[in-house]
Amino acid sequence: MDGIHDLGGMQGFGAVDHSSAEPAFQHRWEAGARALLELVAGAVQASGGEFRHSIERMAPGHYLTSSYYEHWLTAAATLAVEHGLVTQSDLETRAGGRFPLSDRVLAPPVEDAGPDVGTPRFAVGDRVRVRDWHPAGHTRCPRYVRGKAGTVVRVDGTYSVPDIEAHSTARRHEPTYSVRFEAAELWGDDQHGAWVHVDLWDSYLEPS
Amino acid sequence: MTESAHHPAPLSPVEQRVAALQTLLTERGLVPEGFIEEITRQYESEIGPMNGAKVVARAWVDPGYKQRLQADGTAAIAELGIGGPEGHHMVVVENTAGVHNVIVCTLCSCYPWPVLGLPPAWYKDPPYRARMVREPRALLAEMGCLLPEDVEIRVWDSSAEVRYLVLPPRPRGTESRTEAELAALVTRDSMIGVARL
Repeated sequence: MDGIHDLGGMQGFGAVDHSSAEPAFQHRWEAGARALLELVAGAVQASGGEFRHSIERMAPGHYLTSSYYEHWLTAAATLAVEHGLVTQSDLETRAGGRFPLSDRVLAPPVEDAGPDVGTPRFAVGDRVRVRDWHPAGHTRCPRYVRGKAGTVVRVDGTYSVPDIEAHSTARRHEPTYSVRFEAAELWGDDQHGAWVHVDLWDSYLEPS
Repeated sequence: MTESAHHPAPLSPVEQRVAALQTLLTERGLVPEGFIEEITRQYESEIGPMNGAKVVARAWVDPGYKQRLQADGTAAIAELGIGGPEGHHMVVVENTAGVHNVIVCTLCSCYPWPVLGLPPAWYKDPPYRARMVREPRALLAEMGCLLPEDVEIRVWDSSAEVRYLVLPPRPRGTESRTEAELAALVTRDSMIGVARL
């Protein structure tokens, strides 16, 4: 989905609030949120894709105004409600107030995952173009490279396609590639000597 | 005794939500005793950038190890007993006089946990994720990492299963240092690629 999580290249966020050292958890509750997500994801057997999509479905305003571990907490509660472990009204009663969850899944369930792709279609050095499409469900193809041409610089192993696993118990496996894009081409400006590499599944790509 | 010792600060709304979910899951028997404490302990004391620093220092002193690290990052890191979730497919990218690598995750906050620990807040927040792929040279300079114009910048967006570790160059004048002393010089930021040593 073209959600708020897909931040690559967006403008207006200002300076990075950089610190060179900080504790693993800034607040006690953050470790709790992390642990609860791990427990819920294990109990409902959520794939990585389903977990990430449960964060991506957060209301944009909530996403931008809450920290990383509030995202995890929202994901844990959303998955727990969607899989019937708890209800939102129970959560709100116990919390003594609102307990915002992520929005519903927009994409239909995937019925047919399609066949695995065992052999890479592309090799190092091949020119490829990223499909220019806008799926309603989970994808790991960032918006900022859709429709753009780049060069394969590395062929990795074969992995479960996130777009399938987030919406199905079935799986399809495909090779992934690291694809190199010139920054000036991505953004239409005069940067030089800067390259952006994005790791993409086979079905995200077309020959160029 | 102060007043606050008698009346601890009320829970914030997010703390109340964590407590609510934890209570409900505990009632359903889904929270093993000590689980949250164990997660906290692991990430606070066992998993962190000191692990990545050991990998970097070994690569500096052992050319054979460095070669193996670049050929198969996961296997070479496992030689030092380091591995685990978000570290099953490691690729090591080397900074040199002419090339500077930096890692980001624009879609969420993917990060090589076994070697660097949990990501810092700024790595997970929108400004870094939005800007590092759009204006890397300018953002690096803003963060204090000034690169000569002729240094090529390679940004790696961790959008699939691979997680990256930046191998910074060994600082000059460290020839007499031991491996353990060298590891102490390696910063988290130099292994993300937002700083040079």
